[in-house]
Amino acid sequence: MARKVAVIGVGITKMGRRIDRTHPELAWEAVSKALDMAGIWIDDIDAVVYGTMDPFDGIFAPEVWDSVAFGAGRGAGKPIMKVTTGGTTGMSIALAAHALVASGKYDIVLGVGVQKVSENIEAQQVLNTAVDPLTDRPLGIGAIAVAAMQASAYYFEHNRRIEEYMAIVASKNRLNALRNPVNHLMLKLTPEEALMSPYLIWPIKLADSCPSSDGAIAVILASERVARKISDSQAWIKAVGYVSDTYWFGNKVDLYGWSNLALLARRLYRKAGIDDPMKYFDVLEIYDAFTIQEILEYEALGLAEPGRGTKLLDEGITEWHGELPVNPSGGVLSSNPVGVTGLWRFAEAALQVMGKAGGHQVKGAERALAHAWGGALQFHALAVLTSHP
Amino acid sequence: MGVFEPKEVKGLLVFPGKWEIEYEYAAGKVLTEFFKALKEGRILGAKCPSCKRVLMPPRSFCERCMVEVSELVEVKDEGELLNFIIVYRKFYGLPDPPYAVGLIKLEGADEPILHFIGGVDLSSPHRALKVLKPGIRVKAVWNEERKGSILDIKYFEPVGGEG
Repeated sequence: MARKVAVIGVGITKMGRRIDRTHPELAWEAVSKALDMAGIWIDDIDAVVYGTMDPFDGIFAPEVWDSVAFGAGRGAGKPIMKVTTGGTTGMSIALAAHALVASGKYDIVLGVGVQKVSENIEAQQVLNTAVDPLTDRPLGIGAIAVAAMQASAYYFEHNRRIEEYMAIVASKNRLNALRNPVNHLMLKLTPEEALMSPYLIWPIKLADSCPSSDGAIAVILASERVARKISDSQAWIKAVGYVSDTYWFGNKVDLYGWSNLALLARRLYRKAGIDDPMKYFDVLEIYDAFTIQEILEYEALGLAEPGRGTKLLDEGITEWHGELPVNPSGGVLSSNPVGVTGLWRFAEAALQVMGKAGGHQVKGAERALAHAWGGALQFHALAVLTSHP
Repeated sequence: MGVFEPKEVKGLLVFPGKWEIEYEYAAGKVLTEFFKALKEGRILGAKCPSCKRVLMPPRSFCERCMVEVSELVEVKDEGELLNFIIVYRKFYGLPDPPYAVGLIKLEGADEPILHFIGGVDLSSPHRALKVLKPGIRVKAVWNEERKGSILDIKYFEPVGGEG
């Protein structure tokens, strides 16, 4: 029987162009903040789960450098294991840390992600190396292209006005970001301005896209017994799930939609006893690297019928003052330290149900959902966090 | 990397860096046949012995049935455009814009191939969308001089009629 696990500490650095700190210094900033919140010391940590996406930073295996931020220099180094699964890397960190505690292997695990994407002159050049080097790479494909395929399909299959709705998401999440000072982009953007921004890859415009950010995040997970003993504030991990899909576009069940995320959501809701996600959740932190994806996620997560995700935007349901705020933190559209970003979604969901989200705290939030996607639209991870176990 | 010297940004130093690392990527047996056929102006798919689907790009196992695949079959160099995107921004190290990339389901294949879409005015989405839409028929335009790579096909261009 798996043990109950709680988040007892969260550390989020300021994101953006962090030329004031080196890689391990940025890691340390996040770790020390998480330790402070949990009220523990580095020696209390049993093990570390680390994640990043190496080529963005131009450093091979940054964990060898960053390990000193996790106590490796104190002579009694912790076990460190690394996970990396594209955009889901951060959630994989959280899920791996959760598994280590739930299984009874360790009582207190530190999960940490560090990434300096801003040090990369052209992130799309790195992302181009993630596709098949022989058949796809010469065609100049990267992450934006993949999102553009989704938006193009949505345009033709569901809604010729999708760009107007993408602009609403672009504006909504950037306005949310103004309440959260850790964000990289902090700009007032209206839907009209978003619609006027230049195309990167049709139908994706600059305003529909995430920035290239530096940032580090640390979370401290503890078993129920330890969490109750040493901490007075917890976010409980009620359910987690992960699903993977094929690398080859052509072999997907549906080419651009996220039916595998829908499958994962249904499975997770069943496990957690969630009948109606719209009623159950108080806040969502989901992976909006591109505006179209937030709309696709509304549908896959069971908040709207397929092809009708825009309805939530028409009705203002997912806005800051709406019935179910989505990405009150500012979302991936406001900061994207790629390998860290999934962990940011998880950390934000934890802060919300702990009542510690600060300026972007959703009043009375007790139940939150965190999501990340990664790979060639391949991987999805979900976590349900609650105020009570 | 040129000269290793820092520049100052808001009172802090940043140093130049560059990865210049060379590789030789193995095509494996199946893709080797695929690329050699491209040189001759033919396109091959891999037929799964279990589900009978013709996989594109060809590969030596079917990841749905999890069985070894060794039979290669020729497919047509024309088919249906399923979807496309148009790149307008110059990304360092990537081709010069504008260029369109589409997913094309070739006649005889069960999965689409990814390639450039050309022969269309891409100067604005508005103009491009007058011609490009899912369902139209496209045909390969081959390079005269072929080297045995995916770029032996210049691009796929629309031909008359629905796909």
